[in-house]
Parts: sequence; C-alpha cells; structure tokens
Amino acid sequence: MDENTIICRCSDVTLKQLRDLIQEGYTTYDEIKRITRIGMGPCQGKTCGQLVMREIANATGQNMQDIKFQTTRPPVVGVKLGLIAQEGRKNEE
Amino acid sequence: MKEVELLIIGGGPAGLCAALSAAESSAKVCIVERNKSLGGQLIKQTHMFFGSEKQYASIRGIDISGILLDKLNHYKDNVEILTETTVVGMYEDGVVTVLHKEDNYYKIKPKAVIVATGAFEKTLAFPNNDLPGIYGAGAVQTLMNVHGVKPGDRVLMVGAGNIGLIVSYQLQQAGVQVAAILDAAPKIGGYLVHASKIRRMGVPILTSHTVKEAIGKEFVEKAIVCQVDEKFQAIEGTEMEFDVDVICISVGLTPLNELLAMRGCQTKYVPQLSGFVPLRNENYETTIENVFTAGDATGVEEASSAMVEGYLSGLCAASKIGYTPGNFEERKKDYIKQLNDLRSGPVGKHILAGIEQIVI
Repeated sequence: MDENTIICRCSDVTLKQLRDLIQEGYTTYDEIKRITRIGMGPCQGKTCGQLVMREIANATGQNMQDIKFQTTRPPVVGVKLGLIAQEGRKNEE
Repeated sequence: MKEVELLIIGGGPAGLCAALSAAESSAKVCIVERNKSLGGQLIKQTHMFFGSEKQYASIRGIDISGILLDKLNHYKDNVEILTETTVVGMYEDGVVTVLHKEDNYYKIKPKAVIVATGAFEKTLAFPNNDLPGIYGAGAVQTLMNVHGVKPGDRVLMVGAGNIGLIVSYQLQQAGVQVAAILDAAPKIGGYLVHASKIRRMGVPILTSHTVKEAIGKEFVEKAIVCQVDEKFQAIEGTEMEFDVDVICISVGLTPLNELLAMRGCQTKYVPQLSGFVPLRNENYETTIENVFTAGDATGVEEASSAMVEGYLSGLCAASKIGYTPGNFEERKKDYIKQLNDLRSGPVGKHILAGIEQIVI
C-alpha cells in the first residue's frame, strides 16, 4: 500500500520510495532530497518535511528533535531568472 | 534598492499588530503580504473568538481583521503596505528580496525586520492521499468562507482540534454533511463547547481513530477508518467505511520560518510549539540582531496570542531602531501580562513549557 501513499506532492515521492531509501542507509533529509528531489518543489519541503523526519526518526530510533531538516536557501518561491538578472544589472549601473 | 525602517513580513494578526504598535511609536513601517489582502487567516474565520476583551473576544475573526485595518489606517502616513508581494530571500547583509506578482523582483534594505509568517498545515500519509477531494482544513475554509464554494457534499473530518471542530460546524451550516470527525488522540483536542455544538447536530466524534485509506478512481469516493492503540498503531479488524467525497485534514499546523532559517537564525525543534522555531529573547528578537519574530512563526498558538506577540515585538523592534516611546516599560509590561493571562490555562502550560526551551 506504501506505493500509493504520497509523501512529497511536488515530486510525487511515495512512502515506499522513502522507506526503501532509509533502509539502504540514506538517513538524513539532505541525502534523501538529493536523490528524490523531496523538498525541492514548489512547497520547498513545507508539506513533506515533518513526514520525512518522522519516518527517519522511527526507522533509526531517534527523536524528532535530533533530526536535521534541510538547509533552507533562497528563493522561497520560483523567480524567473530574467528578473534576477535584471535586478543584478541595476547594481552594476 | 528600497530602504525601509521596519519591515514586517506577513500581514496576519501578528504582523498587523506589530505594525500598529511600531507605528504608534512613530516608526516607519512596511508590511509585505503575499496575498491580495491583509488579515491572514482572520479573513477565513467567520466564528466569534474567545479570549478577553483586549483580544476582541466574541467578535468574529473576519471583523477583527477589519478593526485592525481601520486602526492601521490612522497611521497611514507611517505605514506602507505591499500586497501580492512575497519575500523570497533574506541575506546575511540584511538585504531582503521580494517578488511582486510574478514580474517584479527587487531588493529591500530594512533597519529591522519582524518575521510574522505564521504557520503551515501538517499533512498525513495514507494510501491514495493525493486523490482530488482531500483538502487541508485551511483550503476548505478558503473555499467556503472566502469564496462561497462548497468543497463537496459529504465530508470526513480528520482531527478534532479547534480548527477541525469549527470547520465541521461551518460545513454543516453551509449544508454540507459531516459524516464523522476523527482524532487519533484518545480525547478531543479542541474546546468542549465547540465539540458539544457539533455533537448536538448528530455528528459523531471518534477518538482513537484515524483514516487508513482513501478509495476512489478520479476523486475520493470512500474513506476507510480504523481504531488506533495508544501508540497510534492501527488495530486490525476495526475498519469502518464512510461514503464521502471530501476528506478534510485538520491535524495541526507547524511554524513557518524558512526565512529565519535561511537568514541564519538559530532554530530548534520544540514539540510543544509544533515544529522548528527560532530561539529568541523576551523582546522577540532572534539570535540575529534586528531580526524579530511574532505569532505562529514562533510557535503555533492562537490568533489572540499572535496579536499580543505582534504588539510586543513591534514595540521592541521600533525601540531597537530608535523609536522608544515614553510609556515603553508600561506597554511592555501590559503585553507580557496579557500573554501570561492568555497562557494561564492547561493548554497555556504546555505552550509555556515550549517557550522555556527557546527563550535566550
């Protein structure tokens, strides 16, 4: 049934994929993110974050307090590259 | 680059009160709000609030938003409001980048910032949880109370906290049937006055129950529900089916502070405050100087406490950049007293145990 349980809505990552990865030894949010793109979609991990952390905690016998979330970086939402370039050029002038 | 004195990120109850408080101290304030209008979650709240008179008890949430906006209007020379504008980044040098609609991206350099970004809904993992018809309670409130759109005809509510109970009641008022309310916990999380109201309408509240699976082809047609043990594990053989076209997930919120995290503010996972929260001092200033916080972003609580936290952080942030009113100490004491009064009940005790872990 885990195949039909979506953990990451942005990148369609299932609970089965997540559990398999944890079993293989990928036990940090950042590692799982690099393989699956979890946390890299439009919601930036706001929806899946705690679900992923809870799975890692349960599988590794840690507390939620001990699990590290991903490193947060700008931009928070999608920005067209052209707009960023335009703003960058303003500084040169 | 646009220069401002005090930048407030988020125009919900905390942000609006922070703006009011700072403007009252004569600081120039700029509020950035990603939505079309200010008010945050207040504009979805058609029910009357609890609390005390100072936090507008027995007034509807949406009307509280109106009252705050009217008050803000008195300071219109000191308050700039940028709606449909999202803060997309906060950087080490204090620069904040924003995106207006989708076509205007620019930088703002504030002297101080208050991050009042609120909270984000938690979700649940169960088979077919991506079927259309599965909503967060916030989405149901937006559809029904803001846009006047029924989310469906028959709803299973997952979560018997205040939001779950209130939204269930509002659904019934709108002519949408609520088949049942579930909660995995062994007792109802919300106020009993809300629970009694909905029970009197004949809606069952099933504690120690969770949703096991959603069933449907194109959209939700059924929900399978089961009982859980004290470790929240499903108990075999207790399954029940509900014919519903909506499953509404109302399992709580988690503080939204990715901006504070990217700025480098120290955060900590505190279960009592529902997730990662920034460390802060009693003035609501984080571990980065001149970066303040208030409201649900600093721990999920209620609109009433978010408003008072807003007043307090607005007062302190304005003072930090040179606007200290004569009655500073008096106002600060009053806000702290209001917060203590709001946190005097059993729920407050739990919140205070969380706050203890983040105050530096």
